[in-house]
Amino acid sequence: MSQYVLRRLLIAVPSLLAISLVLFVVLALAPGDPFSELATNPNVPPEVQAALRAKFGLDDPIYLRYLHWLNAMLHGDWGFSFVSRMNVDTLILQRLPATLYVIGSAQILALLIAIPVGVYAATRPYSLFDQIANTLAFVGFSLPTFFTGILFILIFSVTLDWLPFVYTTDIKATGIRWVLEMIRQAIMPVAVLGLFQAASMTRFVRSAMLDVIRLDYVTTARAKGLGQTTVIIKHVMRNAMIPVVTLIALQMPAVFGGAIVTEQIFRIPGIGSLLISSILSNDTPVVMAVTFVFACLVVLFNLIADVLYGWLDPRISLR
Amino acid sequence: MLDKELRSMIGQVKDGRMDRRAFVKRLAAVGLTAPLANQLLALGGVAMAQSPAVYKPTKRGGGGPLKVLWWQGPTLLNPHFATGTKDQDGSRLFYEPLASWDADGNLNPILAAEIPSLANGGLAADAKSVVWKIKPGVKWHDGKPLTADDFVFTWQYASDPATAAVSISTYGDITVEKVSDLSIRILFKTPTPFWANAFVGAYGCVLPKHLFADYKGSKSREAPNNLAPVGTGPYKFVEFKPGDVVRGELNPDYHMPNRPHFDTIEMKGGGDAVSAARAVIQTGEFDFAWNMQVEDDVLLRLEKGGKGKTVYATGGDIEFIAINFTDPNTEIDGERSSMKTKHPIFSDPNVRKALALLVDRDSVKKAIYGRAGRTTANYLNGPEKFVSKNTSWEFNIEKASKMLDDAGWKVGADGIREKDGKKFKLLYQTSTNGPRQKTQAIVKQACQKAGIDVELKSVVASVFFSSDVANPDTYPKFYADIEEFQIPMTQPDPALHMRRYISANVATKENKWQGQNFPRYVNKEYDDAIAAAETETDPVKRAALYIKCNDLLWQDTVFIPVMHRLLVDACSNTLRPALSGWANRTDNLQDWYREA
Repeated sequence: MSQYVLRRLLIAVPSLLAISLVLFVVLALAPGDPFSELATNPNVPPEVQAALRAKFGLDDPIYLRYLHWLNAMLHGDWGFSFVSRMNVDTLILQRLPATLYVIGSAQILALLIAIPVGVYAATRPYSLFDQIANTLAFVGFSLPTFFTGILFILIFSVTLDWLPFVYTTDIKATGIRWVLEMIRQAIMPVAVLGLFQAASMTRFVRSAMLDVIRLDYVTTARAKGLGQTTVIIKHVMRNAMIPVVTLIALQMPAVFGGAIVTEQIFRIPGIGSLLISSILSNDTPVVMAVTFVFACLVVLFNLIADVLYGWLDPRISLR
Repeated sequence: MLDKELRSMIGQVKDGRMDRRAFVKRLAAVGLTAPLANQLLALGGVAMAQSPAVYKPTKRGGGGPLKVLWWQGPTLLNPHFATGTKDQDGSRLFYEPLASWDADGNLNPILAAEIPSLANGGLAADAKSVVWKIKPGVKWHDGKPLTADDFVFTWQYASDPATAAVSISTYGDITVEKVSDLSIRILFKTPTPFWANAFVGAYGCVLPKHLFADYKGSKSREAPNNLAPVGTGPYKFVEFKPGDVVRGELNPDYHMPNRPHFDTIEMKGGGDAVSAARAVIQTGEFDFAWNMQVEDDVLLRLEKGGKGKTVYATGGDIEFIAINFTDPNTEIDGERSSMKTKHPIFSDPNVRKALALLVDRDSVKKAIYGRAGRTTANYLNGPEKFVSKNTSWEFNIEKASKMLDDAGWKVGADGIREKDGKKFKLLYQTSTNGPRQKTQAIVKQACQKAGIDVELKSVVASVFFSSDVANPDTYPKFYADIEEFQIPMTQPDPALHMRRYISANVATKENKWQGQNFPRYVNKEYDDAIAAAETETDPVKRAALYIKCNDLLWQDTVFIPVMHRLLVDACSNTLRPALSGWANRTDNLQDWYREA
């Protein structure tokens, strides 16, 4: 087992290197530069722009810049933001709590809805409950988050005036009021994201359950007189969860990566909004760091998913 | 004649026989803007009106929190590194200049004890130096006193190329020397009629020497105070998260009486303009939102029965269509739009004039800009004293068609004009932006009626405005026949705004397209007028020269001005912000208050 994990980690090294190389080259070839905003400003002479480019090493050849970056990354230096003139890791760490809180809650909400609804719908396929759940799921994942987000704002903020739609990172309150405020301002973004995720996940859980529920061993379990609950939870769900775990594991990096659109709508200072604003201002070191972290997380969670398979289904041996 | 009359008028103001306002009005009548009129008076020996701002609060603090929304949040808080207005606005909460610009383009003393004038001996008669007196008793947020040393240091810091400060152009060509602990002298190499650039406005913010002295030059980016400002401003720094939020609290030792009004300030970033407008006008979650680049229809709808309104400030920002004087389709030495070519269609001035007749500015205003725009024939739209009254514009398809007929462009079988077998086809490029694409459509429609085939192209803003040498789609390369965008006027003086179009500034492959004259306009008369204006110390003659430059641009149809754009912000019904079209939004933050 530990040998397996070690081997997988070693294999990850060349793939991460390849990913970083591709990312770096694509970003280096992309048009635009971080000091373009200075170009239309008649106060800033071209020489200053040129000096800034030289200072941040933007005029070096690509391979040199890549080696510099790689070397710095190995030493734990994530780079220096052109735009904010501060270290990228500080910038990312500042954004992480909001992202984890909002996107994490949304994922939990999605799981809390998707698993019970999906399982229950699968035990009674084509019943009224199943039909309703299916219809809602279709509506759910057909509506993009930017639409539901604005709809929620119009209903709950503008018309009813119940919830704030601008997310604040530091609420000026303590104790229980702080907790309540944190929950109040997260309701809309969490609901928007959670419901969207829940919709597709419900469909997934349902079909995974349906695949398993028809198998002979389930009939056997029923035949030996086990109750419906035991059969569903102990025998069906455990096996049906394997594809669901894959799905969730692959979505975990997204929890860290944030949700670009939703963060933008509700002004949540998360990783997603950092990424989009850095892309718009051509702040390459930040874009590079965020996307690279993202890539590492994808590799890591794939590994975790593989390990979990072995636990869920001992027949899958890890060698 | 104008000259003589002006002199006698200035004399009248001096003796108190004519009131300042009447003087400004008289000058406006002959086409001179208020800021120019005021600088005229300053040079003529009358002190600039230190415009008494209406500020009602009678005690410091007690205004509660002030929450403002910048949909692009500040990403750094050192005013000399501020790449965009968002960063300048954020820095300005804490740092201050000697003076700011008020709504009329007058100087408003902040850290200065008084505004320099000829009368108080601040201005030299040869316009080669200016002495600023610093207000006594001003303290930095950490309790240290503000002295002339801080100003001299700020000049050294910003003018050092190794610091890579964006304000280097403001400080590079001057020398700052200490006269006494509370006064400095700025020396110019050449006579400089517009002396109020260094230590005024956004790039004028002074840095504390005791905190930045070790971080001058190449170590500038390591300064811990880049992210934790210690200034002299109305608010003290509390917290900063780049792109997200800047927070400050009332400075109990602030140097102006009864100010600031608010106990805390929070500047939140992120999101988009429409939802920012909504948070101020509809739900009232925020008090003020910056830069409402939203269609007027949307704003009008939000304002119905809302908690806020839109507010406007007039500056000199101009949205225009520029005409390429060179041929974008012929490549010479690896360069298109080369100075060695002439535009095959636009080399005839009458064709350029005809094109100007096809831009329906009224429709553009009605359909797009609404209250946020004014139609104009001028490239230079402010300050008032520099605005030409000699120009005019009209929208007239028949007249344009006739001019084109006369120029030899006859309508062909397919409805497109042609001359010597060449079709009248234009490529019209701009950045991707809703209002600009609508303007393109309006212009294209009129052109079609006149038999001109227009191909529209929109380029992503981050490419269009970049200085990327490898990219063919940037505005300085101008690989199109006409292009549209906006150039903001960052100070109430036309010197930098008009200097762009001298022949020495033409954008070419040789200067990596960094020359600012992108239409590649060459006119000796224009060059001479700019050169003369830059050393002219007589403000009236100087204004006349800039007006002449504007008129040359109009006569030669270098630009077709589309809209003189106003600054639009959203503001709660109770907030009284002090805004100026000649300064950043937070430049007079100390004067903001809330009506009870």
